[in-house]
Amino acid sequence: MRDIYFDESIILLDLEAGSKEEVLTAMASNLEEKGLIKSSYLEAVIAREEEFATGLPTNGVSVAIPHTDVEHVNTKTISVAVLKKPVEFGVMGDPNEMVDVELVFMLAMDKADSQLNLLQNLMQIFQNEETLKFLANEKDKTKIVNLLENKLDFSF
Amino acid sequence: MKTVLIACGAGIATSTVVNNAVEELAKENNIKVDLKQVKISEVGAYADSADLLVTTAMTQKEFDFPVINARNFLTGIGIEDTKAQILEELKK
Repeated sequence: MRDIYFDESIILLDLEAGSKEEVLTAMASNLEEKGLIKSSYLEAVIAREEEFATGLPTNGVSVAIPHTDVEHVNTKTISVAVLKKPVEFGVMGDPNEMVDVELVFMLAMDKADSQLNLLQNLMQIFQNEETLKFLANEKDKTKIVNLLENKLDFSF
Repeated sequence: MKTVLIACGAGIATSTVVNNAVEELAKENNIKVDLKQVKISEVGAYADSADLLVTTAMTQKEFDFPVINARNFLTGIGIEDTKAQILEELKK
């Protein structure tokens, strides 16, 4: 049964932000308004990003996958933000390195297991420069949703 | 059999992907491993029993076992080098 919330309303295009905190705040506020996450998520995800950065220097378009513990989540979802201008995130695993991120996938996971397929499919997207460029430039949210629905395969 | 810790910040997202990749790698090479998926903050509890740490959340802490950065499993860039590094440790 499909247990993930995913539609146009959690895709943010042309998001203007001057810092990663602003990106995280905009994305989490949107999810909180929809009741998908608890109010504690924002603070937790900012703290986690500070301690364990999630920026990934992927080919073509760099991404970040901010996330935090399952207890802050009501309904599993993946919010996507396309940033108007790149924002600096720390590089995962290299605390002193930064990367200019254009695409942010905020993961709100509600269980510690059973999302291997979803995450693996997400990493497949990260390894496909063409798909990343499409996502970074597409202005039609429905097309973005359709592409991700297809590539991530939520039907597990 | 080697005990390999697979860790990330939350112990739920990136370590899940890395755990599966290392499991496949070991299987392809007919190496038996004991994989433990943990939060990076829990690694200390395995200080005496682990042989290797593969992690996306590199830490400044020093351990008695080698530590390999697993970020390449997520970006796909340099993934063969990382696999070779892991295999070398598993075969020791």
